[in-house]
Amino acid sequence: MGAAEKNMGAAITPADGPAWAQSARDDAAARLAATGLPGRRDEYWKYTDPTSLTEPEAAQAALFKSDESPFFDGIDRLRVVFVDGVFDADASDNLTLEGVEIERLAEANADIHWAKGIFGVLEANGQIPVVRPLAALNTATAADGVLIRVTKTPSRPISLVYRHADERSDAMLHHVVRVESGASLTLLENGPAAARFNKVMEIDVADGAEFHHVRAQGRDHERRVATHMFARLGQESVFKSFTLTMNGVLTRNEVVIELTGDDAVAHVAGAAVGDGDFHHDDTVFITHDALRCESRQVFKKVLRNGATGVFQGKILVKKDAQKTDGFQLSQALLLDDDAQFLAKPELEIYADDVLCSHGSTTGAIDEDALFYLRSRGVPTVEAQDLLVLAFLAEAIEEVEAEDIAEELNTRLTGWLERRR
Amino acid sequence: MLKITNLHVGLEEEDKAILKGVDLSVGAGEVHAIMGPNGSGKSTLSYVLAGRDGYEVTDGSAALDGEDLLEMEPEERAAAGLFLAFQYPVEIPGVGNMTFLRTAVNAQRKARGEEEMSAADFLKAIRENAKTLKIDPDMLKRPVNVGFSGGEKKRNEILQMAMLEPRMCVLDETDSGLDVDAMKLVSEGVNALRDAGRSFLVITHYQRLLDHIKPDVVHIMADGRIVKTGGPDLALEVENNGYADILSEVA
Repeated sequence: MGAAEKNMGAAITPADGPAWAQSARDDAAARLAATGLPGRRDEYWKYTDPTSLTEPEAAQAALFKSDESPFFDGIDRLRVVFVDGVFDADASDNLTLEGVEIERLAEANADIHWAKGIFGVLEANGQIPVVRPLAALNTATAADGVLIRVTKTPSRPISLVYRHADERSDAMLHHVVRVESGASLTLLENGPAAARFNKVMEIDVADGAEFHHVRAQGRDHERRVATHMFARLGQESVFKSFTLTMNGVLTRNEVVIELTGDDAVAHVAGAAVGDGDFHHDDTVFITHDALRCESRQVFKKVLRNGATGVFQGKILVKKDAQKTDGFQLSQALLLDDDAQFLAKPELEIYADDVLCSHGSTTGAIDEDALFYLRSRGVPTVEAQDLLVLAFLAEAIEEVEAEDIAEELNTRLTGWLERRR
Repeated sequence: MLKITNLHVGLEEEDKAILKGVDLSVGAGEVHAIMGPNGSGKSTLSYVLAGRDGYEVTDGSAALDGEDLLEMEPEERAAAGLFLAFQYPVEIPGVGNMTFLRTAVNAQRKARGEEEMSAADFLKAIRENAKTLKIDPDMLKRPVNVGFSGGEKKRNEILQMAMLEPRMCVLDETDSGLDVDAMKLVSEGVNALRDAGRSFLVITHYQRLLDHIKPDVVHIMADGRIVKTGGPDLALEVENNGYADILSEVA
């Protein structure tokens, strides 16, 4: 019995689906059988207990109820809706969009499919040098997801909406995105998704292509989630991803990027606010394997009332990746003594002509600034909220679309106000 | 307007008395200056009036129009009409100057049970005031005091004062770090706000600011007490003879 089977309580059976995906699924199942699922003693899970992500049954999670409108409601977008991890055609928009092919993974039955060279491939590449068994589990067993191929920049963003309808749902989705040379895609993601959610997205950004991603997750939901993004960047391509997380019991977001073409740019940013039973983990691994590439990580977390934040970020610069420009910033604002932030920033550099920096700080509210605001008549709670938003601003500024950045700020303001 | 009686203040963290019985009364519409050597307790007085943490009032009182200031939170003091122009205005990255001021104006109005200022009225008022103080509109959009020069920071303090329309203004070494032109500009801003219903307490180390902001009364502070009070001439005396003469005279 392999380690995985021990952990899972049952053998892994690869999902049924299109024939072209079968070998990748079998391969992932074999890799998983060899590594087993993550356990508490794994170095990569030192700060985050994976138990609730790996145990056989998903813990119950109350359905998210709010008077607030859903995220991105005011933005003209093409919605692809999943309910508890299953594509819902009726709730989704018509999937026809000029310049884009959108297909459901489960129904992508072409004999030769463009996604074959990406599905499970970027994920497998991303397993070295650190194994990511939850992603292998996803490749092997996720039956649903969406395949998006962008040949020409579409007129509006594609929006993946994850609804949650069953308090015990245990959902998995696997998406594949390919942005062809010269095209640009904006992809949005939001919604509580399920009681437990395991999601993998593989993104192949061709030479000169752009991928912009904004994700809003958590809110006040009890859900547990592990996500992985595996990206491969071609020459002069651009990858920008931002994630806003507001509560949620457990969130582990892994981002694995490989800069394989010269002059590529990868920015990953996130803002997370946690109050109470909240554990949020950003784990990022960026590999520079080409000339003059730029990578930038900006992560900010505001924690209180027992909330925990984790950041594991690594920049690996290979021998020939000269003129690399790597930047990494992770900061936490702890609003009380019960909150904690655990950070492990890493640089591993084999090229000799690079510019890399990283900084990680943990701090409290600036008392001088707080007094200054109060001395002008701003009540303490409002002053504190202003300073929290100011702290997060550096991360939100990473979002280029102004309307989306504004919505993120409005949502954060609302979240803070509800806690006054 | 402002009445300080026998005010004794020490540091919270250590057993050290700083103010040792300050008596001071500022009438409506009056401008009082407090001068004194370094370490005499001038800035402590301004912080204690504004409600900064770290100080412990061991005796005495401070009241604004009969209301006990020392019982109030800093924001309540502001809403009651007290304003402190900081010696070292604080930089707040990420908070836009305009957002900050609008939040402050409306928070004070709300605290006083008044209607909030409309966005249009606010914009009009801030533009006019900024123009008078020669504040670049771009400065309004930037984060509070971040990257501002010394002069810009002080002008920004006066802009806040103009927008918040306090009754009792305390200016803590507003002249420090200013060149002659900047000092003139700041003084003009202050003078424009002089009014029968508004009082000023101008704390300064040097007489030169008082050439521009003419005081009605001048106090000399030393070792935590007001040791001498007089008219504008007293400031000139300090300028000519230094503090030593006065201090030996009252000793």
